[in-house]
Amino acid sequence: MLAYTLKRLGLALLVALTVSVVSFMLIRMSGDPAIALAGENASAQEIEFVRRHYGLDRPLAVQYLDWAGRAIKGDFGESSYFKQPVRAIIGHRIGVTMTLGICALGFAVILSIPMGILAAIRPNTWLDRLALTVSVMGQAMPSFWFGLIMIIALGVWLRWLPISGSDSWRHFVMPTIALGYYATPAFMRLTRAGMLEVLASDYIRTARAKGLRWGKVLFKHALRNAVIPVVSLAAVQFGFMLGGSVIIESVFALHGIGFLAWESIARNDLPVVQAIVLMLSLIYVVLTLVSDLLNAILDPRLRVK
Amino acid sequence: MTEDRTLSLTAGSGLGEDVVFPSPGQIMRRRMARHVGFIFGAAVLILILIMALLAPALAPGDPYEQDLTRRLIPPVWQDKGTWEHPLGTDNLGRDYLSRLIYGSRVSLLIGVSVMLIAGLIGTCLGLLAGYFGGKVDMAVSFLITVRLALPAVLVALAVVTLIGGSMTVVIVVLGCLIWDRFAVVLRASAQQIRSMDYVNAAKSAGCSTRRILIAEIMPNLLNNLIVVATLEVARAILLEAALSFLGMGVQPPTPSWGLMISEGKEFMLFEPYLITLPGAALFLMVLAINLLGDGIRDVTAPEARS
Amino acid sequence: MTPVLEVSRLCVDLPLPAGMLHAVRDISFQVGQGETLSLVGESGCGKSLTALAVMNLLPQGARRTAATLRFSGLDLTRASEAEMSRIRGNQMAMIFQEPMTSLNPCYTIGDQLEEALREHRPVSRQQARERAIYLLEKVGITAAGSRLRQYPHQLSGGLRQRAMIAMGLMCGPSLIIADEPTTALDVTIQAQILSLLASLQREFEMALILITHDLGVVARVANRVAVMYCGQVVETGTVREVFEKPIHPYTQGLMDCIPVPGKTPPGQPLGSIPGLVPTPIGQLFGCSFRNRCPRASRACAASDPDLVELGPGRAYRCLLSPEACLGPARAEGR
Repeated sequence: MLAYTLKRLGLALLVALTVSVVSFMLIRMSGDPAIALAGENASAQEIEFVRRHYGLDRPLAVQYLDWAGRAIKGDFGESSYFKQPVRAIIGHRIGVTMTLGICALGFAVILSIPMGILAAIRPNTWLDRLALTVSVMGQAMPSFWFGLIMIIALGVWLRWLPISGSDSWRHFVMPTIALGYYATPAFMRLTRAGMLEVLASDYIRTARAKGLRWGKVLFKHALRNAVIPVVSLAAVQFGFMLGGSVIIESVFALHGIGFLAWESIARNDLPVVQAIVLMLSLIYVVLTLVSDLLNAILDPRLRVK
Repeated sequence: MTEDRTLSLTAGSGLGEDVVFPSPGQIMRRRMARHVGFIFGAAVLILILIMALLAPALAPGDPYEQDLTRRLIPPVWQDKGTWEHPLGTDNLGRDYLSRLIYGSRVSLLIGVSVMLIAGLIGTCLGLLAGYFGGKVDMAVSFLITVRLALPAVLVALAVVTLIGGSMTVVIVVLGCLIWDRFAVVLRASAQQIRSMDYVNAAKSAGCSTRRILIAEIMPNLLNNLIVVATLEVARAILLEAALSFLGMGVQPPTPSWGLMISEGKEFMLFEPYLITLPGAALFLMVLAINLLGDGIRDVTAPEARS
Repeated sequence: MTPVLEVSRLCVDLPLPAGMLHAVRDISFQVGQGETLSLVGESGCGKSLTALAVMNLLPQGARRTAATLRFSGLDLTRASEAEMSRIRGNQMAMIFQEPMTSLNPCYTIGDQLEEALREHRPVSRQQARERAIYLLEKVGITAAGSRLRQYPHQLSGGLRQRAMIAMGLMCGPSLIIADEPTTALDVTIQAQILSLLASLQREFEMALILITHDLGVVARVANRVAVMYCGQVVETGTVREVFEKPIHPYTQGLMDCIPVPGKTPPGQPLGSIPGLVPTPIGQLFGCSFRNRCPRASRACAASDPDLVELGPGRAYRCLLSPEACLGPARAEGR
């Protein structure tokens, strides 16, 4: 068990390292980041100044090690736009994104798991087909468009919800729906498939033969097994949602790191972009580890003693 | 003995009755005819393809032609609408129907191109990993994990901005980013081929293995590939729309549906058609492609349906 | 004394795309207290479905009808699902074939055993635990206390099956239905499990229905046997009667397949029954065994013979008289 955990951790570290190199190299894609940082109308002198200020005249490897070394300590440099430490700026906004992510995940799970269970209990009925239809439609809608439609319908016509900003819980309702529904089909299909498989298994028959009522059989025995892959998926989907928050936050002007990333890209605020890419990647790596851990906790067969 | 047909005619009746089994081709065609999703998806997609191909003939006007005296005319079903511009005009006076029709070309072009690039990268990686296993598999799996860890949209946004937005850049960037599903699926298929190798060694009957390879593995592999490719076209179209919507995709004045939504956003409260129409077009196209992909999967291998 | 389980004219139909599958046709049998009845037949003859039908655990879409289905005097055909749940695991328990997959992998053995008891009795966890330990030891599992905390995948096949038996006994049932309890186990373990079942039955005075395809198992454990073929009972009687003097041609064929040490001359080819079992789909006429029967005649195609009673508990299903069945077979099939 220990050896397995160490191996996973080692792999995760390796992935983290590679990802950091990628995000480091990312901003050097255009050629000279100094030009990008200095701005469009900068003179040669200004560009040179920027280059020296950000240490961009040093060899690449040195720059990377310097950046990575400081990043480990949480120092991501200074934002070229805000002229403040990147860490503080991100720290301000990350709460919003995390909240959005958790709410969206919760929304997706609450919506899709009951649908998946119902579809599995009554396969090939109208209920099943409805669930599958909703799922197929969900995957076809562009999330930003869905967000805009909701803004028009719920925000402007009906005036139920505010259409931008992130001050109250009401501001999170539409973004949660817009971000969450996209993951709903995947969860629903997984739940349905898992339940169908589990319900056909021998131990469910045993449970019924013991005299357990259907309710107990479903929830205590069937769901307990069917939910294992769903939990793993949830951890990973959370990571994807954080990445996809760029689009939703921009549509709703929610001040999270997704919106920040978009603004920073537009403003060529490269240190911020670099930091956000690195951060989101590392969160994903951690989430995959968490997913493995959850798997082992939920499925006794995976706990190799 | 043979005069009764009362006991079952299925194999195993021991009555010597011949049972007729339909050929795989027939089975597939029968399934296709009954599968609503497949038919709907294929039909809509064919219509869109025709629309895209015949765009110059179908579009009432030039999608790039601006006329500032005719800005923001609503579609024909609203008052102030006119048949000259059946779906209205945008804020630069360009005919919306024409832009929608030409927009289908943009979406299809980008979708298919990205699919080809991503498919090439992903299939090669996946096949190598699945067939050779061992260190190669470890390396490819590592690459896939790294790719999944990176937030694709963000990375695409950053790169496109830094290099400069254009259709080519979008295609290349997206193509280099979304090869992961190809790799995963083809890796699994290739692993099947590997296990056939062991069977070959055990059987030492080389000819039959090749036959199994051609008759069963390759078709299975191609099926999976086609299904994934179809679904990835849809994914690419949605991604391009998102990028263009955020301003870092295809550049104006190209009639990309995502871009049209972005351009219409500031007027959407009073002229919602500016965003509902392109969005509905996107929705319909992606829906059709997804249904087609799912339908192909169901029709060729219903056991794989999850 | 009233029999524990009384079944007459039980039928199970499964709707298939190809037609209606008459999986169980007109099955009748009885089991008394302390008695072991074995339902024996080859795979697919409907014996498992019979057991599931008694417990009303048939797959969705299956239809069950019966003239009589009485358990300890209670009419099961009129029992609601709630009433059936109260009987299952409580007064009537079932043990399945595959111990590997019949236990929930996510819960400990202890959880699953205790659950069987606490579902039907208002006992505390401690009391349930004690009963579980008692029964685990009864079935021959040592260190029962620590076994309770283990998960199914941590036990061997034989231990798992013992645990399943213990689970079936938690509420002290009056009837146990064991569906091929030893088929998935090693031969050496098989013998142990069978002895265990026999001794438990004696000790707790239960009725036992043992479903198997293995005639050796029947000979070892059962008092009475019902031979099934293609969804029907073709012969019943005590084990001695059926084994020593099988009347129905199918039973005779089965007995011929078994080499008997001392009787069967070495080098002689073992008997076999030619042909394959028909699938009972759609309208059925005539005897189901006729296409494989060495004594079949034209008449066999015309009507499905009823069960002929020769005495209490002794019956067979054939048009021919017992003497004709026991006499020499014709050289030609028809």
